[in-house]
Amino acid sequence: MTSGIATNVRLKGISKSFLGVPVLQGVDLELRGGEVHALMGENGAGKSTLLKVLAGVHRPDGGTIEVDGAEVSFAGPTDAQRAGIAIIHQEFTLLPHRSVAENVYLGREPVRGVQVDRRRMVADTRELLDWLGEDGIDPTDAVSSLSVAQRQVVEIVKALSTDARVLGMDEPTAALADHEVELLYDLVRRLRERGIAILYVSHRMREVFDLSDRITVLKDGRFVTCAPTGELTSEDLVRHMVGRDLGEYYPDRAAPDDLGPVRLALRGAGNDRVRELDIEVRAGEIVGLAGLQGSGRSAVARAVFGVEPFTRGVVEVDGVAQRVTRPRTAVRLGIALVTEDRKGDGLALRQSVRDNTLLVRRAALRGARSRAKSDVKALLDMVTVVARGEHQEVRFLSGGNQQKVVLAKWLAVEPKVLVVDEPTRGIDVGAKRAVHELLRDLARRGVAVLMISSELPELIGMSDRILVMHDGAPAGELPAGASEEAVMALATGHRAGEAA
Amino acid sequence: MTWRPRLAEGTAPVLVVLLLLLVGLAIVGPAYDEPSGYLALLKRAAPLVVLAIGQYFVIVSGGFDLSVGALVTAGVVIAARLINGSESATVWVILLVLGFGVLVGLVNGLVTTKLLVPSFIVTLGMLLVLDGAIFLWTGGAPRGALSAGFRMFGRGAVDVPVLGKVPWSVLILLAVLAAAVLFMRGGTGRALVAAGDNEAAVRLSGGRVDRLRLLAFVLSGLLAAIAAILLGGFASVSAQVGDGLEFRAITAVVLGGVLLGGGRGSVVAAAAGALSLEALFTLLNLLGVSGALESAVQGVIIIAAVAYASLGSGVRLRLWPKQRNPVRPAQPESS
Repeated sequence: MTSGIATNVRLKGISKSFLGVPVLQGVDLELRGGEVHALMGENGAGKSTLLKVLAGVHRPDGGTIEVDGAEVSFAGPTDAQRAGIAIIHQEFTLLPHRSVAENVYLGREPVRGVQVDRRRMVADTRELLDWLGEDGIDPTDAVSSLSVAQRQVVEIVKALSTDARVLGMDEPTAALADHEVELLYDLVRRLRERGIAILYVSHRMREVFDLSDRITVLKDGRFVTCAPTGELTSEDLVRHMVGRDLGEYYPDRAAPDDLGPVRLALRGAGNDRVRELDIEVRAGEIVGLAGLQGSGRSAVARAVFGVEPFTRGVVEVDGVAQRVTRPRTAVRLGIALVTEDRKGDGLALRQSVRDNTLLVRRAALRGARSRAKSDVKALLDMVTVVARGEHQEVRFLSGGNQQKVVLAKWLAVEPKVLVVDEPTRGIDVGAKRAVHELLRDLARRGVAVLMISSELPELIGMSDRILVMHDGAPAGELPAGASEEAVMALATGHRAGEAA
Repeated sequence: MTWRPRLAEGTAPVLVVLLLLLVGLAIVGPAYDEPSGYLALLKRAAPLVVLAIGQYFVIVSGGFDLSVGALVTAGVVIAARLINGSESATVWVILLVLGFGVLVGLVNGLVTTKLLVPSFIVTLGMLLVLDGAIFLWTGGAPRGALSAGFRMFGRGAVDVPVLGKVPWSVLILLAVLAAAVLFMRGGTGRALVAAGDNEAAVRLSGGRVDRLRLLAFVLSGLLAAIAAILLGGFASVSAQVGDGLEFRAITAVVLGGVLLGGGRGSVVAAAAGALSLEALFTLLNLLGVSGALESAVQGVIIIAAVAYASLGSGVRLRLWPKQRNPVRPAQPESS
């Protein structure tokens, strides 16, 4: 059972690299029992990695971890658990068809003789639920009958049952409906009152200010600041989270007379993930779609492409209203989507460069155009793919070259509207630049480009206009070259919060 | 630019195996001193090769077709019953048998793609349904007889300039193989393999994955019907004529280096796998190994071929398992 002693954890100078890429560089973090400590930063700032170091999933390359003043080294998650540290992940790890008690003690069921001691399991689970003040959940309920918020409680009980005194919570409100968020706040406050140390990872401004006692900000894998919540304003936070140079090179933006007619228009479009979308993208224009993870950026892309179609409003392509209910329709209307998951749904990895390049043409526009060999070669030259040959399997290519093949596959059908979701994720600097130039080049040829990116410098550097999403709806539009602070303010709901 | 033969990945080993087996046959069997011996082998192998080509379409797109053996039986039994020795019925019965194959493939494909039942289960169910229906219909002892015209495809031969007498079944086999190769080189064939590799990518490229899968099952059914017609030529009419052929076809495809689960492998290699299997059984027979061992040998082959495919995913022949890299990058020991 949980004891009443508060646990303090101190991480000092934590560094971690993956394949030579530094993700964390000398990060400090201190957690105290009875305190909610918020960890903030942009996507890719290193929050999740730090959380995993704390959980013993990643072993740091440098730095020390102290639990109650004693230095420890975690060989794996079990060691961290033994030290009283548990992480509540975004994706729940519960088995839906088993009871609450069975889930809490999964894999370490109390036994009596050779049998699982169900009575004790249920009693212990009930005791923990009572201790938390959660009387709405019965240990014998099946998890599938619980709400998302209740499942989160079960996750927390599960952690507490291992005598956890330090809880890391990764974006705990991401999966919750609005009315459930308050319940979570209550729960977190109760945990704090009971002496638990909580590391609260979030990029939602309001939550952090509502809940936390202290805030640590990371940027690009480095420690920026740690201060009591009361001493920080949301402007301070935004400045700490961004505030870097825009020193990279991007191709010239479109001049006003480069822009042609509106190619893609969304009018009042929405579905159950996004709403109130009024977006116009002109021929020759790159419109950036900004927002935090979960803000609905990708949902817009998927809806435009007919994967999870809009259920409300109108989509117009070249001024004609269209019903795009599946990708095939979108492709035939001249809409292309470069998804954020290149390997998952962008490429058939075991097929050749050639087969992937021709995939759209063959799959969607069978027999439509020529199959000349020179065609494929021209396409690959255009996107500057480096491969051993057209017949090399794409899985052997670098990330950058794979992404170029994805682009080539779309260029093969000469799209009118190109939606790109994280077009440069996980590719090297040279390939990034090539992709940027290619996108701008396509825009110059009259393609309307809608670009989603978590990398603010890229988004700002590339876009002729920036639309910012927050919580499934547009939060505002910014002109070319807007500051990162301005984008982040809209994305975190900061400005919207002030207006309300 | 020099022309180099380009083999699909996983094709080379089966060709080596086939060559070794043919050399073995030449050494052991006096009948294999002349081309006619090999032609006879090809003729015997024709039904299995045709079945393996059909099975290839299904496997490479990510499924299984276990119903083809029962479908072959059904084809032969139905044909015998309806023709009943009457020459004039031959043509329409052949069309009917082909149509029946297409229909069974259509049902397999529709249940798999629309009701989302795994193809392994759908076609297993189809196998049982067909077996049961044949038994019910024939009472276990099929009646009727095939006409000479029907049997000609399996046992007859035709004069071909230069080559001399070539069995009809070999010509049919070559025609099927040529058509399959052309199909697989075309856009639809490539999309079929891509669907077996990454369904989501094909769908998000505007492809109709369900239709591709359905097509694979229909082709498999059609080719099973053709195999039934070939087999009817030299096998006796019985309710067991197609027993176990589905597993033999799957073994052949796997031996051809086609990846279970789809996405990789060539149709020529699958056909070579079937031919190798037939050559192996012939060789074992010549060596005096009991025919009873056939299924055991087949079992060993299927496991070995899949193990080989999963261990050595490269083209190189690996004699030992490749070094497995730890999933996480190496980390320095912390003090």
